[in-house]
Amino acid sequence: MRQEVVLAMLAKEPSHGYQLRARLREALGPVGEDLNDGQIYVTLTRLEKAGLVTATSAPGLSPDRPDRKVYELTAAGQQRVAEWLAEISWPKPDLTEFHLKLIAAAGGGLGDPLAIVDAQRRELLRRLRDVQRAAMAELRTSDAALLLEGIALRLQADLRWLEACERTWTIRRNQS
Amino acid sequence: MTPLLSARGLRKEYGKGDALVRAVDDVDLDVAAGETVAITGPSGCGKSTLLHLLGGLDRPSSGEIELTGRRVDQLGERALARLRRDAVGFVFQAFHLLDELTAVENVELPALLAGRSPRAARRRALELLDRTSLADRARFLPSALSGGQRQRVAIARALANDPVVVLADEPTGNLDSGATLDVLQLFDDLHQAGQTLVIVTHDSRIAATADRLIGMRDGQFIDETRLTGGTTGSLGKLAGLEG
Repeated sequence: MRQEVVLAMLAKEPSHGYQLRARLREALGPVGEDLNDGQIYVTLTRLEKAGLVTATSAPGLSPDRPDRKVYELTAAGQQRVAEWLAEISWPKPDLTEFHLKLIAAAGGGLGDPLAIVDAQRRELLRRLRDVQRAAMAELRTSDAALLLEGIALRLQADLRWLEACERTWTIRRNQS
Repeated sequence: MTPLLSARGLRKEYGKGDALVRAVDDVDLDVAAGETVAITGPSGCGKSTLLHLLGGLDRPSSGEIELTGRRVDQLGERALARLRRDAVGFVFQAFHLLDELTAVENVELPALLAGRSPRAARRRALELLDRTSLADRARFLPSALSGGQRQRVAIARALANDPVVVLADEPTGNLDSGATLDVLQLFDDLHQAGQTLVIVTHDSRIAATADRLIGMRDGQFIDETRLTGGTTGSLGKLAGLEG
C-alpha cells in the first residue's frame, strides 16, 4: 500500500496508530484483513522522517503501559495528500487506493469525492475511446484485437464501478 | 452557429396529481451539425422519451423543438409524419426490421414511401448495404442474419432518405462485443462523413466515442462532458506493459 494512503487517513484528525488501523479496517472490511499493523507503524516512522507528519507523545492507556504517539499532518503532508487526491492513476487498476482516496477526501474535507470520481470517469472514457479506435483499425481476428478487447472490457468494468461510486457518494452527500 | 437540432424547456409528463411523472423535465439541448452526442443515464431516466420527442415520435407536454430551423412541436400530424420519414433516421435496440422483407427491401422501404422510383430506391439501398459491409447479404431475410448484421441493416435503413439527424436508442443493447465494435465503426464512419448523431445509451463503449456526453437522471440533464483531448497514458501503459 502506498504511504500516501496512510498519510491521507490522518487528514481527518490527528490520530494514534491504532486509530489509523481501525479506520483502514472500517474502510476496507475483509479486503483489509491482510494489512499488517507493523507496516502501518513502519510507514508512519518513514513519513515522520520525511517531514510529512509530526508525532507527539500522549500518556499510555494506563500507568504501566508505554506512551502512545499521536500523529498529525504537517503542512507538507497536507500538500502531499492534496496532490495524491488530484492524481489520476489507473494503469495499475488499484481499486483499493481509489476507494480510500474517496473516503479520505470526504473525511478530511479535502476534496469532493464526486469531483474525483468525475475526473477519473472522464479519463477512463478517453482511454476507452483510444483503445476502441485502435481496435477498429485492427482486423477483428488479429492478436492485437483480442488484447485490445480485453483492455476495453476492463475499462468498461472500471467505468461501471465508478458509476456505483458516484451513486453511493451522491446519496452520502445528500444525507449530510 | 445555429444548432441543427435544439430543444428549449422540453417537458413530457404522464399522469396527474400525485401520480404525475415528469419523464422529461425542463431539458435544453443544442446539437451542432456533424456532432455526435451521447445521452447516458440509468433506465427510466427519461432518455428514450427525450429521443422520441426529438424525432417527433411523441409530442412534448410543453417546450420547443427546432430541427433545421423548423418548429417540430408545432407541426400537424401529416407534416410530422413527413418529417419523421425524410429528416430523421431512427435506430432502435430491437432493430425493428420487417421479418418478411429481405435486407435490401427493408432498406429501400423508406425511400419508396417517400415517393422515389423503385429503381432509384433499390440503387440507394444497395449502396447503403455496401457501406455497411452487407452487400453480400442484400437478399437475406432478417432471420438469416446475426444481431450485428440486423442492426447494420437497420442503420442502412435509417440513412435511406439522407436524414439530417440520426437518432439511435440503445443501438448496441442487444449486441455482443464484436458486433458492438462493428456498429461503433459504422457510427464513426458516419461521423467522419459529417452525419449528425444523437445516441441514447448506457453502453460506455458508445459513450466514449461521442464528442459530447450528457448525463441524465430523473428527466433532467445533470452533467455534460466533452471528450475531446488526450489521455494521460499510452496504450502500452493501459495494457500494463510499463509503469
